[in-house]
Amino acid sequence: MERDALIYEADVLVIGGGLAGTWAAVAAARAGATVILAEKGYCGTSGVTASAGPGHWWVPPGKRAEAVAARNARAFGLADTSWMARIVETTWESIPRLAGYYRFSLDDGGAPRHRALRGPEYMRAMRRYAEDSGVAILDQSPALELLRHADGSVAGAAGYARQRRRPWQVRAAAVVLASGGCAFASHLLGSRTNTGDGLLMAAEAGARLSGMEFTSYYTVAPAWSSMTRSMSFAFARYFDAAGRELPIPPGQDATRTLARALLDGPVFATLERMPAEIRAVLSRISPNFLLAFDRAGVDPFTQRFEIALRGEGTVRGIGGLRIADRACQTDVPGLFAAGDAATRELIAGATSGGGAQNSSWALSSGQWAGEGAAQRARMLGRRANRRVERIGGAGLRSGAARAASEQETAALIDLIRDENLAYDKNLFRSEEKLTRSLAKLDGAWSEIRSRSAPSGAASLRLREIAAMLAASRWSGRAALARGESRGMHQRTDRPATEPALAHRLIASGLDRVEIAADVAPQTKVA
Amino acid sequence: MIELIVAARCTGCNVCVKVCPTDVFDVSDNGPPRIARPSACQTCFMCELYCDADALYVGPDCAASGAVEEQALLAQGALGRYRRDSGWGAWSSDPDHSNEHWRMELVFALARALDSADTPPR
Ligand SMILES: Cc1cc2nc3c(=O)[nH]c(=O)nc-3n(C[C@H](O)[C@H](O)[C@H](O)COP(=O)(O)OP(=O)(O)OC[C@H]3O[C@@H](n4cnc5c(N)ncnc54)[C@H](O)[C@@H]3O)c2cc1C
Ligand code: SF4
Ligand code: SF4
Repeated sequence: MERDALIYEADVLVIGGGLAGTWAAVAAARAGATVILAEKGYCGTSGVTASAGPGHWWVPPGKRAEAVAARNARAFGLADTSWMARIVETTWESIPRLAGYYRFSLDDGGAPRHRALRGPEYMRAMRRYAEDSGVAILDQSPALELLRHADGSVAGAAGYARQRRRPWQVRAAAVVLASGGCAFASHLLGSRTNTGDGLLMAAEAGARLSGMEFTSYYTVAPAWSSMTRSMSFAFARYFDAAGRELPIPPGQDATRTLARALLDGPVFATLERMPAEIRAVLSRISPNFLLAFDRAGVDPFTQRFEIALRGEGTVRGIGGLRIADRACQTDVPGLFAAGDAATRELIAGATSGGGAQNSSWALSSGQWAGEGAAQRARMLGRRANRRVERIGGAGLRSGAARAASEQETAALIDLIRDENLAYDKNLFRSEEKLTRSLAKLDGAWSEIRSRSAPSGAASLRLREIAAMLAASRWSGRAALARGESRGMHQRTDRPATEPALAHRLIASGLDRVEIAADVAPQTKVA
Repeated sequence: MIELIVAARCTGCNVCVKVCPTDVFDVSDNGPPRIARPSACQTCFMCELYCDADALYVGPDCAASGAVEEQALLAQGALGRYRRDSGWGAWSSDPDHSNEHWRMELVFALARALDSADTPPR
């Protein structure tokens, strides 16, 4: 350990201070644990919740069985109704607890509304809730690697406090990974820090992933903007460059139709179908949405503006760390996963959990993981005097002497974007395209393995690139192994859904990626 | 992307340095923070929300920085608009800027109704 490192100890370390991480920290503290939360950016503004406005899966008792059954019918056979029922229940119990921290809107009848909360206010509330619960927050402090005991269990993490310019290390009895999904450096709103770091760190400890083939969810936005808040596009009309209106089917096929049109040339939209009564209150519903147009000098209700689709990787895609028990522990003892860092197949199957389920999952899995981690600390103690090993590899340390140059780093990010976000490669997959992508991604992985990291702040980006490359390779290999079309994963060479593939796929390994069928009995929670 | 900090308005509180999720700013020895890493900016507008002095301006383009005129922006009243529309600070009890986020549910219901009105029944 470097001499000037910041050294801490706690029962529970939470990595990531977004929606899942803050709920995890609160729950661990409530269960009696001392908790440290390390956030790459600032807990309260970071992560994809903070700049959006999540609607939760908010269903009153009595209507739940019906809601779960209806959603399960759209999950393509990969969800688990017992987990779905569990998040609906936990959501209903949890949100009202924010009453002292979040000013719930009152509807026209004067009743408080709990389903959809505004992102910046929600995350500001979660920060205060965590602080009042006794959680110690380390802002601007990305985690870089996990610490491991000789018995294989996780013992904490190490990272870099980028504004204090000092390495940090936290020894803990258990770690909750709540570092969000991997957005592959797309311009998805609020996602720049979501580079899949937790997936890489966990895999280095031996954790396995699930659902990584489901990474082809896209959201429409103005071509110049990261404003991927798509509500208003429910009223959009779309046109090609010649001004011909494009027929866009409502629902899931809209993305694929738009992507096909975008492959032919630019596409333009207007929001002219939005009724006047909504226009009048739009800035009170989503203040940032119209802000972006206003600043660009575009009136979206009368003018046509060019659009793009923003790939979401595993954010409103689905894949993430495999959940091995009802406390959201991963395959590695002492390592828990929550929110978008975990797979959401359990609650969403092969389609996106965005729109209601993902935030309910983040809130629920966060609390279960926090409680599970606190319980482990209670049972085993911190074992803070044992020798532990730092286990980070790619992008952090390697045998080579030469660090990656700035041009090499930029080229790697371009490659990651191109192989993971390009519409033709990702929305219209085939064995041939996937194989070609994987050859490039494997090459980039070897390259990054052979580079030593620069020290201090400059090392952070290289580690993020390593994480995005690892996620790309799990995603590509899983997509290749799923020789069918199912939910958001669509193969032009295998258009049918194969009953024999109605199971989840587990990805594991770093230099050598393995894909296996998850045929073990489903992790029932009942 | 982040475009500017208006020095005449900035109080030097360094809140933006602290809250920027992507660590765009550096504290400077005297005067306003420096926009040290503009290319890291994710165009999330969070710094504007947290700047009580309305001294920051984030442009709409997420990939490139544009030419901005400080005087023109000030004259347009562009600075602080997000904070006002969000009902933060001085606007927290102004009914014109109340949080009506819950109406999203109604918006989606209305959109669905429009769609099914457009599609002839089968
Ligand atoms: C525009 C948009 C709208 C959405 N709307 C909805 C909706 O209406 N309903 C719904 O259910 N879902 C919605 N979602 C999805 C929902 O926001 C996410 O599922 C939820 O935010 C996940 O929470 P999280 O805590 O896992 O991730 P995040 O909120 O992204 O938090 C992850 C945090 O981890 C931090 N981090 C990353 N790496 C590290 C590291 N190495 N060290 C320390 N910290 C790290 C990040 O900085 C970030 O703060 C939406 C998503 C987007 C993008
Ligand atoms: S938050 Fe505003 S007032 Fe404070 S330092 Fe930043 S720009 Fe200046
Ligand atoms: S817009 Fe967001 S990322 Fe850019 S400087 Fe402001 S807070 Fe930082």
